[in-house]
Amino acid sequence: MHIVVCIKQVPDAKNVRIDPDTHTLVRQGVESIVNPFDLFAVEAALKIKDASNARITVITMGPPQAEEALRDVLSRGVDDAVLLSDRAFAGSDTWATSTVLAAAIRKLGNVDLIFCGKQAIDGDTAQVGPETATMLDIPYATFVKKIESLDERHLKVTRQTDEGVEVWKVPMPALITVIKEMGEPRMPSLRHKMRAKKAEISVWGAADLGLDHEAVGLSGSYTQVVRVFSPSRRGNRVMIQGSVEEQVEELYKLLKEAKVPGL
Amino acid sequence: MKVNVDRQKCTVCGVCVEVCPFGAITLSETSVEISDACTLCGMCVDTCEFGAISLPEVGAGPAEDLASYRGVWVYAEWREGLIHRVSFELLSEGRTLADKRGVPLCAVLLGHQLDGNLAEELISYGADVVYVVDRPELAHFSDEAYGNVLVELIRVKKPEMLLAGATSMGRSFIPRVAACLRTGLTADCTELDISEEGLLLQTRPAFGGNVMATIVCPHRRPQMATVRPRVMKPLKREGRQGNVEFPKISEECFLSRIEVLEVIPEKDQTAKLTEADVIISGGRGLQKGENFSIIEELAQMVKGAVGASRGAVDEGWIPPSHQVGQTGRTVAPNLYMAVGIAGAIQHVVGMQGSNVIVAINKDPMAPIFDIATYGVVADLFEFVPAFVRKIKQDRGEP
Ligand SMILES: Cc1cc2nc3c(=O)[nH]c(=O)nc-3n(C[C@H](O)[C@H](O)[C@H](O)COP(=O)(O)OP(=O)(O)OC[C@H]3O[C@@H](n4cnc5c(N)ncnc54)[C@H](O)[C@@H]3O)c2cc1C
Ligand SMILES: Nc1ncnc2c1ncn2[C@@H]1O[C@H](COP(=O)(O)O)[C@@H](O)[C@H]1O
Repeated sequence: MHIVVCIKQVPDAKNVRIDPDTHTLVRQGVESIVNPFDLFAVEAALKIKDASNARITVITMGPPQAEEALRDVLSRGVDDAVLLSDRAFAGSDTWATSTVLAAAIRKLGNVDLIFCGKQAIDGDTAQVGPETATMLDIPYATFVKKIESLDERHLKVTRQTDEGVEVWKVPMPALITVIKEMGEPRMPSLRHKMRAKKAEISVWGAADLGLDHEAVGLSGSYTQVVRVFSPSRRGNRVMIQGSVEEQVEELYKLLKEAKVPGL
Repeated sequence: MKVNVDRQKCTVCGVCVEVCPFGAITLSETSVEISDACTLCGMCVDTCEFGAISLPEVGAGPAEDLASYRGVWVYAEWREGLIHRVSFELLSEGRTLADKRGVPLCAVLLGHQLDGNLAEELISYGADVVYVVDRPELAHFSDEAYGNVLVELIRVKKPEMLLAGATSMGRSFIPRVAACLRTGLTADCTELDISEEGLLLQTRPAFGGNVMATIVCPHRRPQMATVRPRVMKPLKREGRQGNVEFPKISEECFLSRIEVLEVIPEKDQTAKLTEADVIISGGRGLQKGENFSIIEELAQMVKGAVGASRGAVDEGWIPPSHQVGQTGRTVAPNLYMAVGIAGAIQHVVGMQGSNVIVAINKDPMAPIFDIATYGVVADLFEFVPAFVRKIKQDRGEP
């Protein structure tokens, strides 16, 4: 079985603080991490590899430094990695990103299962997984928290929805986006770390994928950002003073006046 | 592609260097340099007080054939026999957009054994036309059957815009619809408007709500957006008139490669976080699992849902379905009360869109107070029970 995991390198929110006065983002340093949901996706793939004889390839589309993210997951036990990097990819929206990922998966060939995270924490769109599957014309299941094998060609997946839980039978090849309940990602091991350090990582650009420059990046995107601005400032915060009894009275009065529901 | 820097205006102040989430900006002697790491996220654009940075221009206006697309559509989400509240919110918002464009507003209702009153209800919230597709294959949700039907309807009727709720259903199958139609899709919008040229202006939070971005889809139709529940107001008007139509759909649209084996409604209703009007959330400050009863009691009194920080979830005090934040749920209730929660950025990004935020923490330096509407520095074990007593007293309960 050949599994592909799509991961994305994102800015580390740990270094991000909101200035309480201006409500703008203050950053310290520019560390990047692997999108946390994608580590759950890696873990999902590794669990299958633990139980069967599977090969895992991890791919990411990003700038050259996204290679670090690939080495991070190689050190957790993934077999191969491919970096999809080209100046022409910059400014991609979810459509253009999915175009590149789908082309890379086609080029890899004979893929049985593709894992994505539920969403990337920088854009929060959750669209790349479903759009990639649609372009590859394979079925997909989103927000999956549990995967079992039914037979050689079918999986039983448990999805978490707003209303509850759904159990689906999914034929392979398929794409699955995973949530946190998939299980804590394992830590890098010494053995895999050594291997990850030395691993050759192929880099594929638009030409390698047979994609026109027009089809990727900003020019291949259907959506365009026209304005970026800070969210409007919250009203001035009120600290409620006094003894606990006084605080209770004051907060109750304020919430009543604000017609907060439930009170 | 990179952001544009106007070298005349740049004062080399360095503020943008600090702000770039990708470390793509460095200072040179006379200006700033943008490296290939630039993703065009636009974060620096708003920060530059000298207006020296701009995003690349949006290309030419809509091509001719885009004009053949007309009307605003809302996908009416049907689940467990009812229409999701977000669909009514979208119809009211869609009404405003349709009136601005001078076009009809249509609702699309997919499902099985649909109650005859549902279409009337959609009309009373603003729809001029309701398209109903009632088939056994649509009894349970699947991305393929639902997606295919919506794609075929759109191909035939050619609406200029489609809005759907950013629910687990909408966020799952609407990307399929957009990809099949080869058009743009903006996720989880919190504000919609129409530009002078008639483009849908879709505004959404990015970077966990730290910035807002306005997005357009200039060259493709329909313009598609999923919209966060509870940010728009539903407006019902009795006596509105509209038509109900039952369009014919090709048989192959109902095929789905997946098979739904089981649907289990969540037993624990309190986990319905994203829809709650009031959320009372507990963190590691509760000290042990049993103490969540304090949170549950208050939540019950105000008919709210129970939320939690990852700290509390990791301790095993409460199931992960209650977690609010970056790796949990994003919520925006009317009232969010954070009890014994420090306010780590990963928690804050999941709840900062709430209308009123109350923070209860014994540490006056806790970062949660930075974003609180009302801050209470107190021991939660004293404050919360006293607050519950106050509500009971006010209601004349024992
Ligand atoms: C990749 C990643 C993703 C994450 N995703 C999430 C997420 O989705 N959601 C999330 O919540 N976190 C998330 N986190 C974790 C986050 O960084 C914090 O660790 C977590 O939110 C802390 O939980 P807490 O505030 O309950 O605990 P703590 O940080 O331990 O804070 C407890 C607070 O309770 C107060 N307190 C203690 N006793 C009392 C008392 N008697 N009365 C009043 N106050 C009291 C303390 O002053 C303190 O401020 C994530 C972290 C990472 C690295
Ligand atoms: N540039 C990328 N390279 C590889 N995978 C990606 C990329 N962007 C998104 N993905 C995958 O798609 C998922 C959803 O991302 P998004 O739609 O951006 O929220 C992520 O969790 C990744 O698994």
